[in-house]
Amino acid sequence: MKKTIYILLFLGLPFIILIPFRVFPLIFTVILSLYKWGMGGPESFVGLGNFLSLINDEKFYKAFINTIYYVVFLVPLEIMLSLFFAYLIHKTERGKYLFRSIFYLPVVTSVVASSVVWKWMFHPNIGIANLFIRALGGRGLKWLHESKGIFEMLFNTHLPYIFKGPSVALFSLVIMGVWHGLGYNIIIYLAGLNNINPTYYEAAKIDGARTWTRFWRITWPLLMPTTFYVLIVTIISSFNIFAPIWIMTSPAGGPLGTTRTVMYYFYEKSFEEWQMGSGAALALISFLFILILTYIQKKVIEPKIHYG
Amino acid sequence: MGKLLKKASIYLTLFVGGIFVAFPFYWMLITAFKDGKEALQFPPTLFPSNLHPENFINVWKTIPLPTYFANTLIITVVSVLGVVITSLLAAYVFARLEFKGREVIFVSLIALMQIPLPLYLIPSYMLLSKIGWIDTYLALTVPWTVNIFSIFLLRQFFKTIPEEIFESARIDGANEFTILRRIALPLAKTPLTAIIIFNIIGGWNSFLWPLIMTDSDFMRPIQVGLAYYSRAETTNYPLLMAASLMAILPLLILYLIAQRYIIRSLSFTGSKY
Repeated sequence: MKKTIYILLFLGLPFIILIPFRVFPLIFTVILSLYKWGMGGPESFVGLGNFLSLINDEKFYKAFINTIYYVVFLVPLEIMLSLFFAYLIHKTERGKYLFRSIFYLPVVTSVVASSVVWKWMFHPNIGIANLFIRALGGRGLKWLHESKGIFEMLFNTHLPYIFKGPSVALFSLVIMGVWHGLGYNIIIYLAGLNNINPTYYEAAKIDGARTWTRFWRITWPLLMPTTFYVLIVTIISSFNIFAPIWIMTSPAGGPLGTTRTVMYYFYEKSFEEWQMGSGAALALISFLFILILTYIQKKVIEPKIHYG
Repeated sequence: MGKLLKKASIYLTLFVGGIFVAFPFYWMLITAFKDGKEALQFPPTLFPSNLHPENFINVWKTIPLPTYFANTLIITVVSVLGVVITSLLAAYVFARLEFKGREVIFVSLIALMQIPLPLYLIPSYMLLSKIGWIDTYLALTVPWTVNIFSIFLLRQFFKTIPEEIFESARIDGANEFTILRRIALPLAKTPLTAIIIFNIIGGWNSFLWPLIMTDSDFMRPIQVGLAYYSRAETTNYPLLMAASLMAILPLLILYLIAQRYIIRSLSFTGSKY
């Protein structure tokens, strides 16, 4: 009997906070999404109306494309680079700690301060990024102010929105995103590399396998669980990109709406236009999308992984 | 010879990569010491011709940095304290005190942990404004005094402690609270340090929540204050960089002191923070 009192007491404190701030909002978001709900409260019940108008909303459609482009460009770049550097760090005998700490530095740096300094480096006229490009023999870019898609830049033509690729502005955000997230993935990969039994390499060496073969035949397959984890975490975190857009692009989400992501559109709808019902619907759609995506990854990729 | 060359190329590649990663920090630092005019030159100078440390004083006069820092400190300290207390209590129950339905509740908590912020942002805002907490410290701290991942981490740790230790304390007549305080807490130093570090980083760097839940400038934490300042300040880059540098400095120092620990707990838990 006394035990029950302690259980109630111990769980009571966290649940007093969890119920109003985590459980209730979740249920309420679903209800909100079914109403036209402004600053003053509910205006009318619209059923699935909010969802239907989002599907027909060009801004939402573009925000979705922008987000997909951001994720599709950032995730492979970040995974390849982090595995590459983790592998090299793993190979070194001295200086492991030094390199690891340098690569991890951006992760403890706030997204806000990172965005501020990258915006300065991407300055369209006097930024250091342009100095770098010119030193390599290129022409300066407008970076965060350039709405042209990167495929349009490469092929020098005009393309429909869905094919033009991320705008140079959005691609600038990809570069910063990779820089910011690299260190985290490197640490995870290093842990994965440390778990590989060195006798596999010894045996392969005796059999005469070259470095490249050893990497593809031993390291890569044995790192599959790590890669799978990194993939899911990186997709989810990059899908929710918000702060860099608020800080780096002006008007935020620009130029020409090419950096407006789903998360940013959610913020605009809910906390600038105060269309709470529509905002809730948007949050639900993007959550469902991520949920389905993660489920598909689990079904398609996970069976191919050999754990252990 | 070939082996030496291979080694050299590995170090060279890592060195170049390291320079790219560290460069924004260098650029932030040297811009912060530049003269306002020199910062606007193109091509930019890679080192300031004259050092201007007064930029750091001038930025304190331009924006209310002490207020921002105080707000961040309050938010971080209160939420970390709250997280430590609530995690200890909940984790102890989930690991050590059995009751009907415990596993169902625990699994639901884990599911709740996966829910992204946008899904509860709007109702949280509505609730907080209904009870008049918007633009107060209550809105910035109270909802963040529970962290499900921290509960999970501690619970996993408590599960590894042999039951006999708890049982013998019970036989000696200790109540559950005493057992938690005298036995479980001193043993949990390692996971608790990880929890404290991750929640300090998370609290210090939080942006979206305080952006939405504050209206007045004097309620803003440093990240939100810096973000607004960066939108307003479009010419005096040295001041902006000085402000950014100060905003990241406390965590950089924490990182330098505790880096081995941070990296170890990260590769052990897999948590970002």
